[in-house]
Amino acid sequence: MSGAVPFAELLAAALIVLGAGFALVGSWGLVRLPSLMERLHAPTKATTLGLGAMLAGSVVWFQLVKGEWTTHELLVPVFLFVTAPIAANMIAKVHLHALRSGDASAPAGPAGAPPPPPGRADWATHEAPHQGTPCDFEGDERR
Amino acid sequence: MTRRLLPHPGLSALLAGMWMVMVNDLTVGTLFFGLVVGVAVPIFTAPWWPGRPRVRFLPALAYAALVVRDIVVANVEVAAIILFKRNRDLRPVWLTIPLELSSPEAITVFAGTISLTPGTVSADLSACGKFLLVHALHASDPAGEIAKVKARYEVRLKEIFHA
Repeated sequence: MSGAVPFAELLAAALIVLGAGFALVGSWGLVRLPSLMERLHAPTKATTLGLGAMLAGSVVWFQLVKGEWTTHELLVPVFLFVTAPIAANMIAKVHLHALRSGDASAPAGPAGAPPPPPGRADWATHEAPHQGTPCDFEGDERR
Repeated sequence: MTRRLLPHPGLSALLAGMWMVMVNDLTVGTLFFGLVVGVAVPIFTAPWWPGRPRVRFLPALAYAALVVRDIVVANVEVAAIILFKRNRDLRPVWLTIPLELSSPEAITVFAGTISLTPGTVSADLSACGKFLLVHALHASDPAGEIAKVKARYEVRLKEIFHA
């Protein structure tokens, strides 16, 4: 017990503080970045490592202090990595839709409105993909 | 027969593994129940998974390791931008990435990877499925950014998904 426990507790504490720090930075980014699309970057990334570090702290504590293996924590980042991009994608699509429909509450932000894709097809937010969606752009071999 | 009992062996293994991790227990009982879940769920959800993507497992594992490493790097980079870059120095741009991948699974993984890694979020796919719309938080060289993402992830995904 002696010797190993202070080290384990220090390590777990350091990981939790690191994780909390990243979560704080992510939230700060949400406040200070200029517009919606930029703000989307803060929670999809800075908080992932924040959560990861906190969960690593949890694994370390249970393993070294309690002497039990826990694996639940590994599942949380897996689910997060699967769902975070989808949530971000949905928010981005709603934003694109609001931009296109001229919603005054959705300013385009410093990057401006997104450019249309090359060729005749539009982005999938505005045009549902269907059989024979036109795709004729410079360099397309099916043209 | 095996095809009907095990329409997606990879998914079955994944579900059984997830079950074991979730129950947090390594005994014959949990393994058995994990296998039951792993076999039953793909059978009942088979109508929604018509195709079976062929995946190379070793490159996929290497890819997962690469992505986890990049997520850590991305976090530090984005944190640095949030903390130290003034808004007027920020160069957010839209990138249109031409896709060489064609299967829905491969495009999904590619878009997800882009969202999780340095300063980029995938926003939309063109209706014809040949271009990905990506928003970059800070890219002073958009063409270079596109080339980097394609070389780092798309090439590997093409190998994994036999595209």
